[in-house]
Amino acid sequence: MPLLGQDTIRPVEGVRVGITYTPGLRPGLLVLGGPRQELLDSVRAIVERDLDFSDRFEMITLPGSDSLMLALGTGSAARGPTGPFVNYALYEALGADYAVSVMDRSDSGLAVVVYDVKGRGARRVVPVTVTSVADRGFRMVVHRASDEVVRAAAGTPGIAATRLLVVQSGRVYRVDADGADVVALTPAGSGAFSATWAPDGRRVVYTEFTRGLGRLVVHDVVSGQREVVPPTTEFLNFAPAWSPDGRTLAFSRSNEEGTQVYAYNLAEHCCLQRLTAGRFSDNLSPTFSPDGRRIAFASTRAGSPQIYAMSADGTEQELFAPFDYGVTGSSYAPEWSPDGLHLAFHRDVAGSYQVFVMDVASRTVRQLTSAGRNEDPTWAPDGRHLAFVSSRTGTRQLWVMDMDTGRVRQLTRLDGTRLPSWSPRIPDLTNH
Amino acid sequence: MRRATPIVLGIVVLVIAAACGGAPPPPPPQPNADSLAALEAERRAREQAARDSVERANREAEERIRRAREDSLAAVRRTTEEVRGMLAARINFDFDRSDIRPGDAQILDQKLGILNANPNLQIEIVGHCDERGSDEYNLALGNRRALAAKQYLVSRGIEAGRIATRSMGEEQPLDPASNESAWAQNRRDEFGVTAGGDVLMRPPGM
Repeated sequence: MPLLGQDTIRPVEGVRVGITYTPGLRPGLLVLGGPRQELLDSVRAIVERDLDFSDRFEMITLPGSDSLMLALGTGSAARGPTGPFVNYALYEALGADYAVSVMDRSDSGLAVVVYDVKGRGARRVVPVTVTSVADRGFRMVVHRASDEVVRAAAGTPGIAATRLLVVQSGRVYRVDADGADVVALTPAGSGAFSATWAPDGRRVVYTEFTRGLGRLVVHDVVSGQREVVPPTTEFLNFAPAWSPDGRTLAFSRSNEEGTQVYAYNLAEHCCLQRLTAGRFSDNLSPTFSPDGRRIAFASTRAGSPQIYAMSADGTEQELFAPFDYGVTGSSYAPEWSPDGLHLAFHRDVAGSYQVFVMDVASRTVRQLTSAGRNEDPTWAPDGRHLAFVSSRTGTRQLWVMDMDTGRVRQLTRLDGTRLPSWSPRIPDLTNH
Repeated sequence: MRRATPIVLGIVVLVIAAACGGAPPPPPPQPNADSLAALEAERRAREQAARDSVERANREAEERIRRAREDSLAAVRRTTEEVRGMLAARINFDFDRSDIRPGDAQILDQKLGILNANPNLQIEIVGHCDERGSDEYNLALGNRRALAAKQYLVSRGIEAGRIATRSMGEEQPLDPASNESAWAQNRRDEFGVTAGGDVLMRPPGM
């Protein structure tokens, strides 16, 4: 939490302000200032925000003029014998475990250098292969560098080089994980609904919903190619989910038999299979476990919708998220975390929806949100960030929560945003 | 007017002929060219008048038939509109429910009568939800609402193939407001004609 009473500087939301600072459990990280230059400034701003949004560091920020004093090569000695002078003692006094500098290495281009303050040395040099902010895919290149900085400092990569799909007014949009670059992927008026990323980070599948019919369309965002999934040209097919190997699509289908979960082998274009049955219950919103062996879904078999699981072939169906009959609110829209440890979903609490997470091993459930209506959670590839739709500010927007710190930030400014899906890390080939 | 000319001429000739009476006994009528023409004109005029009256009678009869047909067509159209109106009457649902409410059973019974009275009529039922439910779940709920109404009709003897069902989830609210009355209106089944609805008969007793 920002230390509001302590400083006269207006705190940036969620960022610790001031130098009278007690290190928390997270390592302190300081992004060093540098020469004023458009490209360097842009890269530095993006990297700093990415590191902040990784929620793995206590970001140490200083008022503008002071931060300049922390630039490399200033202070008592302009330049050390083996490169710029790094004032480790000062950074350590400020509570930094890591210092990060964006520099121009002239011949070899830009790089982000990660300094280990306590170890008194450069830990990692991450090249940033950009020459201008107008470069194609400039932001994604920088985001990838940020994720490597997180890997160098925290041991596991960040989630900056990811994107989210959202649906708004019948169109699918993609938006970068930092909220920038909102791009429509489907034409206006196509009735797009429930979109999901493929594990390859290059294809998406969404429902094209018209007059009560819904067909699934696989859209390659690199080539722009669209393909209707053949068996979905009749009935209402929605809420698709990819198997982790990208070969199978599970989805919900509504027809005269109610709503049931189906699977289709997309790789071999065959074998439509119904996985659930039950004339008097609806089964929908499938999600694969990361090993591909289980599918969690919502089912009305006990009356109100609750979360169940089954083998990927439809056998071994069981109640998954525990509930008290007649007491626990209806539960919807499960999504398995990429590490397989958790299952996120939303549940009715006092007539509104709240995001819940179940620990898969212990089957214990905890409520993560309470302000406004919060629904349709989707996991970041790091398994600790969740994006969800929240009405806490009055309109439905996409918000991101870090499960570990509880920190929450608003991602979209697009009224009526819904049905988000977080991508895996976007591979270089989709750098567009 | 062109036709009237020979008639007028004929009358003039006859009047002149009549005015010649009373004088010394007329010579036996010698047919002359003029009187022959007058007789011929008279004959034509009579025939024409007969034809005219027949035509008039025919026209009037046709007009009567046409009016009667129009009246009955209008009546049929009116009936069809009325029956369509009854058929389009919506039913509503409680929150997150798909069972037919007791009051709405009457509305469905009316549709049952209409379907029975019009064996070629085919309809579709479209289920809708309010915005409070989950977006994806609402597609399933709308589907179930449409199926519930279909089931009601099918279980009372309507052939299943005559009724199609669809779901719009929460995508097409009647009232986009976010309050109880809007939600209550938006939780509904809508009924539409898909075939055989050009002429609809009123069910007996309605």
